Amino acid sequence: MSEATAEVQEHPIAIYFWVWGLLFVLSAMSYMVDYMQFQGYLRWSLILLFMFLKAGFIIAFFMHMRYERLALACAILIPTGCLLVLIGLMSFEANHTYDTRGAYLDAGPGIMVVQESEKPH
Amino acid sequence: MSNEAVVDEAGRPIAMVEGLPGVVSDWSSDQRAFKRVPWGKAMMWIFLLSDTFIFSIFLTSYMTVRMTTTVPWPNTSEVFALTVFGEHIPLILIAIMTFILISSSGTMAMAVKFGYEKKRKITTYLILATALFGASFVGMQVFEWSKLIFEEGVRPWGNPMGSAQFGAAFFMITGFHGFHVSVGVVLLLIVARKVWTGDLENMRPGFFTGRKGGYEIVEIVGLYWHFVDLVWVFIFAFFYLW
Repeated sequence: MSEATAEVQEHPIAIYFWVWGLLFVLSAMSYMVDYMQFQGYLRWSLILLFMFLKAGFIIAFFMHMRYERLALACAILIPTGCLLVLIGLMSFEANHTYDTRGAYLDAGPGIMVVQESEKPH
Repeated sequence: MSNEAVVDEAGRPIAMVEGLPGVVSDWSSDQRAFKRVPWGKAMMWIFLLSDTFIFSIFLTSYMTVRMTTTVPWPNTSEVFALTVFGEHIPLILIAIMTFILISSSGTMAMAVKFGYEKKRKITTYLILATALFGASFVGMQVFEWSKLIFEEGVRPWGNPMGSAQFGAAFFMITGFHGFHVSVGVVLLLIVARKVWTGDLENMRPGFFTGRKGGYEIVEIVGLYWHFVDLVWVFIFAFFYLW
């Protein structure tokens, strides 16, 4: 444990330059995803990959989470996971709303075939 | 600061356990769960957690309106394109803003390091550089907003490019983020002054709360600043690139 705590005060400055440079490269790469007009799953997976890498580097090094005790890291990072439930629920709901709109609201390009089980009773 | 020994009421050092058993032992321990962390830093982390939820709710509602609309979403790559020297470049302003915010995080991280080393001058300069980056970010955002409002005719209730929900999501999300950056710039200027005048070195009471603070204050305002950068990473990915 002593080595982890000694580090808190004495980070070599090089690590910040490295992370800084890495964030620049990752941002440039996510910009290139748009510039090269990648589409579909390739685009989304690359955007998410670069996003999570950037977020991870910022939290771990710039915000020093790597050097904190696990008790603090758990208290902050685990509740964030609850958001996945919110995102999951809202995307279920959103899909349903989209289907309903497609079926009843307009006959635009978003029209969907309503399945038997989804029809209102 | 963080590497002083953790002691109990009687001043005896407490054995620190590592790993998962350490989590159990810290959380079940007497007096304080977050060891080797000044209370202000623990509180800033908890505030940032709550702020994470606020921004996530904004981004999730943006996801919901975007998934539910039957009208095509405006192409952000084109909406935020600029013509620079006769050259049409997509998303260029947003890319520059991203690099500026990352750079401000870099200077902030170094300010924290030099703060703990009690190098007052360079710490002040680095914090001021961070504030300057932040202010220029807000300035570019003002430019971006006015271009969208006055030239493209984007309104919270509609726009000529596509889904009506685009404006509401854009103004809400980037507006709240820009507000965070602006508050951050003010905080940075206050802390820069505290470092410059030696208030932190001599643990002089602050003008607002009257509490004494050392150089952990720089790290605490730094946490806030990095968080603002962190939120931008998600906005950049989900709103501008998606």
